[in-house]
Formats: sequence, structure tokens, C-alpha cells
Amino acid sequence: MIVDVPTSSVALAVNEVVRGKHKVFINSGAASSDLTGSKCSPNTVHWTYDTWMLANGTGKAIVQTGGKTWFFITADYAFGHALERDTTEVVKKMGGSVLGGVKVPLQTQDFSSFLLQAQSSKAQIIGLANAGGDTINSIKQAAEFGITKGGQNLAGLLVFLSDIHGIGLDKAQGLILTETFYWDLNDQTRAWSKRFAAANGGKYPTMVQAGVYAGVLHYLKAVAAIKSDDGDKVVAEMKKLPTDDPLFGKGTIREDGRKIHNAYLFEVKKPSESKGPYDYYKLRATIPAAEAFRPLKDGGCSLVK
Amino acid sequence: MSEQAGDHQAHDPSWERRYERNAFIVLFVVFVAMPAFIYPRFGSQLLCFALFACAFNLLIGFGGLLSFGHSMFFGMSAYFCAYLAKSGLAIGAIGLKIPPFPVELAIVGAVLATAVLGLVTGLLAIKRQGIYFAMITLALAQMVYFFCLQAPFTGGEDGIQSVPRGKALGLFDLNDPLVMYYFVFVIFFAGFGLIHRIIHSPFGQVLKAIRENEPRAISLGYRTERYKLAAFVLSATLAGLAGAAKAIVAQNASLTDVHWSMSGEVVLMTLLGGMGTVFGPVVGALVIISMQFYLAELGSWVTITQGIIFVVCVLAFRRGIVGEIEAWLRKRRKPG
Amino acid sequence: MNTQALFGQLLIGLINGSFYALLSLGLAVIFGLLNIINFTHGAQYMIGAFVAYFLLNKAGLGYWWALVITPFAVGALGVIIERTMLSRLYKLDHLYGLLLTFGLALIFEGAFHHEFGSAGLPYSMPESLQGVQNLGFMYLPNYRAWVIVASLAICITTWFVIERTKLGAYLRAATENPSLVQAFGVNVPRMITLTYGAGVGLAALAGVFAAPIYQVSPLMGSSLIIVVFAVVVIGGMGSIMGSILTGFGLGIIEGLTKYFYPQASSTVIFVIMAIVLMIRPQGLFGQR
Repeated sequence: MIVDVPTSSVALAVNEVVRGKHKVFINSGAASSDLTGSKCSPNTVHWTYDTWMLANGTGKAIVQTGGKTWFFITADYAFGHALERDTTEVVKKMGGSVLGGVKVPLQTQDFSSFLLQAQSSKAQIIGLANAGGDTINSIKQAAEFGITKGGQNLAGLLVFLSDIHGIGLDKAQGLILTETFYWDLNDQTRAWSKRFAAANGGKYPTMVQAGVYAGVLHYLKAVAAIKSDDGDKVVAEMKKLPTDDPLFGKGTIREDGRKIHNAYLFEVKKPSESKGPYDYYKLRATIPAAEAFRPLKDGGCSLVK
Repeated sequence: MSEQAGDHQAHDPSWERRYERNAFIVLFVVFVAMPAFIYPRFGSQLLCFALFACAFNLLIGFGGLLSFGHSMFFGMSAYFCAYLAKSGLAIGAIGLKIPPFPVELAIVGAVLATAVLGLVTGLLAIKRQGIYFAMITLALAQMVYFFCLQAPFTGGEDGIQSVPRGKALGLFDLNDPLVMYYFVFVIFFAGFGLIHRIIHSPFGQVLKAIRENEPRAISLGYRTERYKLAAFVLSATLAGLAGAAKAIVAQNASLTDVHWSMSGEVVLMTLLGGMGTVFGPVVGALVIISMQFYLAELGSWVTITQGIIFVVCVLAFRRGIVGEIEAWLRKRRKPG
Repeated sequence: MNTQALFGQLLIGLINGSFYALLSLGLAVIFGLLNIINFTHGAQYMIGAFVAYFLLNKAGLGYWWALVITPFAVGALGVIIERTMLSRLYKLDHLYGLLLTFGLALIFEGAFHHEFGSAGLPYSMPESLQGVQNLGFMYLPNYRAWVIVASLAICITTWFVIERTKLGAYLRAATENPSLVQAFGVNVPRMITLTYGAGVGLAALAGVFAAPIYQVSPLMGSSLIIVVFAVVVIGGMGSIMGSILTGFGLGIIEGLTKYFYPQASSTVIFVIMAIVLMIRPQGLFGQR
């Protein structure tokens, strides 16, 4: 049983290997919605999030709350393009417009030139279609150039709690993002997260780590139910059993392997609003599970009849 | 750059020939028997990198040129091979549309394309030596890396996945790991044999002369630039062969294959094994790849260990494993 | 597009160029004087940023203290490296120096990556340099203006020391003909050690400058090191002024590329490098 695998390209490769060997792959962290779309497999469960959810979660919610004009800073590789494309589609559908965009080579350290272009476009929302170090750098430098002070807002299309921790609230405040888990949502998430933090040197979990835990938990329940660890059968059972864990609450896994749960639109707190490390988010909206993920028939998955 | 163990001692050709033959037999037997001890899939990967290191060593050990950009040949060839095997070749402008290539042709196609790349980059790089040469190869490799990052056919960050293996010669099903292993085995020994022929040919002798004392070679009338370029292209082509094989074994081609850290790794393998020795790169590749595999759980420790090996080798162990063994054996043989 | 936006991009290019110049200075000094390619440069830059972070978070010493302390602290590390390891390699082919420093870079980056992960650590902008100036065609952060000024000052001072002072003359002579200069009673090994240490200190200093604006992460050096090599090679591997001018120049060219054709902005430096190496292999200002 393979779990986690945060890089999309690796996840797609693992997906094939696992399919060929009839084992189990629980992915938490890769973004590619192809894992439950054109490349779907009876041996793979995709937990946590994917590009469709990010685009529709963050994009839709932002347009609904007033962010109608967009400018994209896109990392120039498949993931960035996919995220930009999906978000653009959602923005336009919701009546917003895209004023422009710029494609930035991967691992660019300096975004000043691109942020300047975003500033002069006067778009209300600057969508960051990038991840990891690129996102962190763009957010830090946006703070430096006074982007939010000028009235524009940044939308982090893929941001994790750990990124915010690395950037610091003074620079990240006001950022709008979507995660499917946050440690401070309810008593159950709080209790689990405290256990996590105790075991991990005080670091609080992101949605990816929560997804790994919940995914493995559900896997074990399925194995116990059918008393076998045959890959094909276990995944079928995981889809049959409704999921219930203290992290994501109640949910299901669809035929295409997609795990369905709520998504949450968060805004990063101002430093004055935070009571301590990792107290970074305030909830702006909850996206119900039924709307959060791509409709089953739209994915092009061969397992969906 | 490479210090030939025993260069200052009396050179005994018949002893050298016997040593090489015996060492080759050992190598052959070890590789024939390897699937009995390790996963054939892992063994196939080892063979690919061993060939890569041997190709690299041709340039540094016998040509005296340290390339810091060999990943461009290894990785670009992997991409070519993966693409040809998976999608065939379609050029809309001339109405060309060929379905996915069988394995052998994909490898051949990739190797030919890499040879061209080797020629083009060689023409640019050969003008300089030493550190400048290393820097140029590094710059060229970076350009190839960024090209691979953005070109549509490489799949960018995702790379090319699910490369089909098919049947070698239409008969042997390469999806069987053991069959795959022996297929790569044949490729490895073909490449290794070619390197051996090159080293022991008149061409190889001239290369050695150029490495020892280029001005002298020039004064004897040799067009040294041409010889160095030829060595460069041969080294690039063989690295391409290794890369194409790797694409079939791993069934993917990705950015890691063209990243400069891959160039650094092949330098490490050759340095550890013994630069300028025939068998050193093979041993170096075995050690480094095995270390990466077995220490994978320790994450960054692999990088740290590789760094330590580099430092230790450069300071105290320049002849490398095989180099030290050969020096010891030469000391032991009867004088005269 | 319009001239306003263009001016903005040019200014940003200038800022980045000043950063490249500062960053390549250490490498240029070490190569120009000692003929060693210091592959550890990127890691030493990274260590400089981390030292600044620790000075702030563990010792309460802010940015201005870091600017002064860090180069000496990391420079001392450089001295140790040179004394214990590099000096053994001078009699050999220069490529061994490259390999050694490459190995050291792997060790440092691996160790920091192991300890700190890859997300990086936040380093806040010093208060006195926060804020922006409204120039009309763009907002210029005060910090970036400071980087241009400081970089120019440091680059010119370094160039001056090496090319125009007696100390610099001794250094240049010592590396061109060590035995002769040593015969005059000059302690050549010590000068070499100090030169390497100074180059390392410059790399670390660049790291302190980077800390407030780029992420302090273990991998910050490895992405930049290749660009820095390109700058030094284009400028001419023996020439300090060459690297400085090339650093500024490349920053501007890169800035323009980001404006007109952003997808190529990473590759343009290497394309220029290849062209320069074809037409003038010794670099724009090099002598060999």
C-alpha cells in the first residue's frame, strides 16, 4: 500500500505501477485531477484535493465575494497552466473577467517584475497559479511592493498552512486560499492536531498530512471489513464504506476514486488577530462536499458507467 | 586529470592484457549472475547508470575533459526514446506520421538524435579546456534543462510516463523483469565493448597523447580539436544509449534526468570508481546507485553522504576504488 | 506597451542586476585571484542568510548587526575550509578544487535541508527600510533602493581594493607567481587563505541582503549558483570589473526579457553565455 506522494508527476507514475501490480495507492498531496479523470484506476484513491477543487473552490468563492477582475501569475509548467486554465473557466462562468496574466519560469526567485505587471493591470485579484517556493516568494515580495496596501488582494491557488508559517503573518495577511482541513475547525480536529503537533516537534498539520492519516484509517477499516489485503478488493471496499474520521468528518469515495468532503475558503489573519503560532486562518465560507469536486460524469474516467 | 595508477612503473603489456581479460571475466560473471541476488529491475537500472558512467569516463579519463553537463545527453536521450516509443513521430509540416516505435528503433532513434546534440554542443564546447570547458558544458546543460521544462513533448514537470516496453526483436517480452535485465545486459556490454575498442585503437592512443601533452601532439601534426570533438561525440552518444535504455527500464523520462545534479552524480560515480580506469565507472555506479536505493529513507542523508564521498575522494582517494586496486596489483606483480 | 511600465521594468532589472553583481563578486574574487571555482558559493550564500536568521531569532541581533557579523562568521568557515582542505589541492589540476567545493556544497545543503526542511524560514524586513517610494511609474520599495546603493558601494570598494591598492597588488602578484613573491618575504599562503575567506564572506553578505526579500531556505543557493557562474563566465573569469558590469547588465537584460517574453527569462542568461563563449571564449573582459 502506497500513501502520500505529493508530486503530481510521480503520483501519475505510481498510479500506473500500482494498477499493474494490483496494489493500493492512497494519494494525498498530488494536485492532478487526472488521477480521478483520464488516468483513473481501480487501485487508486485520491484524497485531500485536486486542481479542479482548488480552481472551483477558491475561484468561485472569491468572485462571489466581490473579486471580479483577475490577473494571473502562473508557474510555467503543466500544474500551473492547469490551475490557471481551470480557475479562468470558473471566473468567467461566474461573471468575472481576466484582465491579463504572465507565465513565470519555475523556481524564479524574483517576482518583482511580474508583480509590477499585476499592479499596473489594476485587477482586484492577483491569482497565484503556482506552488511551494514560488508561491512563498511571490507572497513575500507582493508584501514588499505594497500590493495589498494598494487595494489588490492575492489569491493563493495552492497554499498550505506550512507555507504561511514560513512566510509569516505580517506578509501573508489577507491572502485568500482553500484547504480541506484546518486544525482549528472543530473540537475533533483540534484534538487530533494537538496529538500530531506533540509527535512532530510542535508543527501543526496541513490538509495533506490530515489526508494521509484519514486515508490510512479508512484503508485499515476496509481491510478489517473484508479480512483481506488484496489491492483491487480493498479499494472496492473503501468505496463501498462511507468514511468517517475526526479530521474530515463524514464523506464518501466515488467510483472514480475521488474522496468527497467539504472544502473551506480561508483568509489569512492579520498579526493582531492571531493568538499564537499556527493560528493563521479565519473561515470565510464553507463549500459543501457536493459542490467542491468535479462532477462524476465530467472527468472522462473509464470506471464511471 | 586522472592519475593512472602505476604510470611511473615499467609498463608490461602482457600483464595489462591479462589483467583486463580477467577483470572483464569477473565483471561478466557478476552481471550474468546478478538477478539471483537482487531485483532484476534494480539490476537493469544499475546497468544503465554503469554505462552512463563509462561513457562519461571516456571523455574525462581518456580525453582529459571534465564535462559538467553530461546529464543533457543522458536525459535528452531518455526523453527522445520515451517519446518515440510512446507516441511515434509526427511532423505535420511534411505530412509525416509514424506510429509508436518498437523498442530497438526507439533506442536507435534516440541515440542518433543525441549524437547530433553531442556534435552541436561539442562544436561549442571544445574550444576551451579545463575549468572553462566544464563551465560551458554546465551552461549548455542548463539550456537543455530549461528547454525540457517548457517543450510540450517532454510533458514538462510530469515527464513522459507509461513508456511501453513491448517485445525486443518481436520475440522477447520486455515486461518480464528478467528478460528486460538481459536486454539491458546486452546493451551494456555492447557499449562497454565499443568503449574498449575505442580505447585500444590508434584513435584511443592519440587521445591519450593529447591528454598527456596537447602541444606536443599538435607539433606532431595531429588535429587535436578534431580528436577531442570525436571523443566528445562518442561519449555523448554512449551516454545517450544509457539514457534511452533507462527510459525503457524505468518506463519514464523526467526532469531529474536532465538536471545538473545528475551531471554531478555521474562525476561522483566515476571519481569514486576510478577515473581513467576501464572498470572504475562500473564499480562507482554500483556503489552510488545502491547507496541511493538503500539509504533512500534517510532523505537528505543521501546528499550529505554523496558530498562526503566527493570530499574524501578528492582529498585522499583520487585514484578511486578500482584505481587503488589496480595500483596495488601492479605493485605486487613480479618486476620486469 | 507604455514607457511607464518599461521604466518600471528597467528599474527592477537594475535592482536584480545589482544583486547579481554582489552575489558574483565573491566568486569572481576567488576565481580571479586563486583560479579556484568555488562551487560552495551557493551554499555559503545560504549559510549567510541562515546566520542572519539565527542572529535575529536567537541572539536578538537585527539586520544591521547581521550585515557586519555574518561575513566574518562565515568567512571564518571559509578560512577553515581553505586551510584544511583546499590548500592540499593547489599542486593538482584545478578541476579537483571544483570537485571538492561541489562536494562541500552537497554536504552543507544536505545538512541544512535535513535540519530545516525546504519551506524555509521567515526573516522580517528591518523597520528602517520598510515602506515604498511612489516614483510615479512604479512603487519602489525602500529596501530595493538600499540594495542598489549598497551593492554598488561594495562592488566598487572590492574592485578598488584589489586593483588599486598595495594589498591588492600583493594579492595579484602572489597568485600569479607565488614562489617569487614569497621570496620577497610576503606570506603567500596566508594571503591566499584570507582571499578565499574574503570571497566566502562576500557570498555570505549577499545572503544577508537576500534574507528579507527571498525565502531563507536550504535550497536558495542552488538555484542561483548556476546563474552566478554564468555571470562570472560571461564577464570574464579573471576580471572583477567584468563580473560587476555583467551582473548589472544581465539584470537589465533579464528584466527586459521578463517584460517582453517572460517564458524565456530563465534561459536568456545561458543563451548569452553560449554566444559569448563562442565569439569571445575568454569572456567580455577576460584576458586569457
